[in-house]
Amino acid sequence: MNDLLQDSAYFGFAITLFAYWVGMVLAKKINFPLLNPLIIAIVLIVVFLLVFDIEVETYNKGANFLQHFLTPATVCLSVPLYRKLQVLKDNLFAILAGVFSGCVASGVGILALCKLTGLDEMLYRSLLPKSITTAMALGVAEKLEAMPSITIIGIMVAGFTGAIMAPIMFKLFRIVEPVAQGLSIGTCSHALGTTKAVEIGEVQGAMSGLAIVVAGVITVILAPILAQMW
Amino acid sequence: MKYAKQLAIIAGVSFLGEFLSIVIPVPVPGSVYGMLLMFFCLCLGILKLSQVEETADFLLLVMPFFFVAPGISIMETFPLVKDSVVALVAISFVTALLTMVVTGHVTQFLIRMRRKKEGKKHE
Repeated sequence: MNDLLQDSAYFGFAITLFAYWVGMVLAKKINFPLLNPLIIAIVLIVVFLLVFDIEVETYNKGANFLQHFLTPATVCLSVPLYRKLQVLKDNLFAILAGVFSGCVASGVGILALCKLTGLDEMLYRSLLPKSITTAMALGVAEKLEAMPSITIIGIMVAGFTGAIMAPIMFKLFRIVEPVAQGLSIGTCSHALGTTKAVEIGEVQGAMSGLAIVVAGVITVILAPILAQMW
Repeated sequence: MKYAKQLAIIAGVSFLGEFLSIVIPVPVPGSVYGMLLMFFCLCLGILKLSQVEETADFLLLVMPFFFVAPGISIMETFPLVKDSVVALVAISFVTALLTMVVTGHVTQFLIRMRRKKEGKKHE
């Protein structure tokens, strides 16, 4: 099967769209928060690739270009932020303090859990920047001389965690302020989580987009200090 | 026509952001520069909301879709760290939840405190 498809320019594109569409239909029918279209699409495609023994490279040939739309989409996060400019001005201190404490909690949490599970220092340094947007996180990983492939696993897991768990966590821990909801998603799960924040509401989307920038900058400064704490 | 113009503006800002990330030697991605650039252009009135609005809303609506391919690419990195993959995933998951709750509660607490203060001022 792989031989047949390896030169296809549209296989990856078609199956991605199809799987995402199935994901949307299923997520709408079965109203269960863990079933989000993105997760369903990924599981469907992974199963399909495994069953028909198709290499990821073959899939990427037709689907990789879709990643290039991530930058323009992220740029567009400035639109909801601009619409909610007043909210930003009114809550500036709370926003900065909230995101800062989240970044510290992330670093200290990773430190404690790595020690607890007996992972080595290299893995600790690799996970440190995992809550921020990929390009910044990889920059930090490089500066800390960590392993980028580990950082990427951390980034993806953090992203999906934010996107899937946010509504449940908000209920469980009574986080009800829209500004607080948005910031908490953006701080722990970058642009991937922000997609969920945009879905929840416009203030949430705007604040989550803002948190990508603020958490990114704070983590770039904070990570080298945290790395010394091992 | 409207969409072509809006998309062109968004593409232009994305390109400028990318350019800045190449020229400025710190690890900040083009998307972040682009976002700030667009935000300041809107604040300063260089761009009007109506010049980007509909296309921006559409791109944000379909944004999760662009994460399908990166999500599948991590499949390839799992075998590299076979021995510690469970711990890595678990730690990333738990600390993400921790970060979410801490950020949410600190922000919520400060917002409510400010509101209380302002409420008192008005009395």
